[in-house]
Order: sequence, then C-alpha cells, then structure tokens
Amino acid sequence: MFVNRKAPHGTIYALEALEVVLISAAFDQDVSLAFLDDGVLQLRQGQNANAIEMKNFAPTYRALEGYDIEKLYVERESLEERGMSSDDLVVPVEVVDRNRMSELMQGQDVIMSF
Amino acid sequence: MLHTVNKSPLQTRDLDSCLAHLGDGRLLLIEDGVYAALAAAPSASQLADAAAAGRVYALGPDMEARGLAADHLAANIQVVDYQGVVQLVIDHGPHQAWV
Repeated sequence: MFVNRKAPHGTIYALEALEVVLISAAFDQDVSLAFLDDGVLQLRQGQNANAIEMKNFAPTYRALEGYDIEKLYVERESLEERGMSSDDLVVPVEVVDRNRMSELMQGQDVIMSF
Repeated sequence: MLHTVNKSPLQTRDLDSCLAHLGDGRLLLIEDGVYAALAAAPSASQLADAAAAGRVYALGPDMEARGLAADHLAANIQVVDYQGVVQLVIDHGPHQAWV
C-alpha cells in the first residue's frame, strides 16, 4: 500500500509516489493507494499547473486503471476537513472512514509512505 | 501495527494524524518526533492514554542527540535503543511511517 498524505504541487512527494506506483505496477505488484490528510488534495478536479510551470499529473490517476491499479481508498474525514466529497475527485475511489483506513493499513504486508 | 512519527508536533500535524489511526498499535517516536514525548509539550496529554497502556516508545539515541533525558519525558513513555526498534518491527509490523 502506498500512503499519500501530501498536497500535490508544493513538494515533490505526490509526483514521486505516483511514479513509484506505476513502477510497482510494471512489476506486477498487488498495489493499493490510500489518500488521507492533504493527500486527498492530489485527486481534486480542475487542477491546472501550467501557470506555475509544473507537470500536470492529476490526469495520470485516471490511467491507473489501465495498469490494473483499482484499489484507491480515500479517507472521508480528510475530505470533509477540506470541504470536499467524492464528487470533487478526478477518479472513482472507495471512500472509507478513519477506522476503516486504520484497518486497511493493518492488513498490508508493506506500507510505503509519501 | 507499528507507527513512527519523525517530526516535532509543534511543527506539523503528523502526530495528530498518527494518533487518529493508532488504534491498539504501537507508536515509536524518532528523530524530531521525540520532542512529542516531552512532559512539557502540549502533546503529552494526547499521548497519555496510549503511554499508560505501554504503547508509546521514544528512540534513545535521537533523544541523546537532542539533549533529552528520560526524566524530561512524560509518564510511561518507554525509551528504546536500536535493538529495541528491531524488536518492535518484528513484534508489531507492518510499519506505517507518518513522514
């Protein structure tokens, strides 16, 4: 599981996580992604980074399905704290509450944190 | 499950997020995360319940590097060495780093 907790453009974490996720998929790993805290902002619709001359990588999340990465979990409380709901996201995800997120983490073999 | 926090709770909210997901897991404070264990810090009360249950640890070498001694820490926080960290990983994996 890859745990994403950083907003998209202020640091390199989100983009790096996405790169590693794609690499993992290329090696046939059973990948799931968790988005919580500011990590939920990575999936926000309507991002356009052209004016800050950064890569616009949000559309890449839509390509994950093509790599058989379909387990995307987003924490409900983190969305709510940022005035968002699942309707604001670029991809379909499973919205889970904080307790369920803890359970999902607990069930992993390996957790990579970004 | 073993959680680690490596940032000061006065600088980031990583400790808050960790505690919200801690459940019955263990918390190991490392690097600047050891400041969370200070008895004088606001985080001491947040950690009190888990510490009383014997589930909060601080890494000794990181404390020493920062001039912190065991008697600076809030009650019931256990100090571990590197070998202790290895044992925590063995006993309580998987590991989630709240970086």
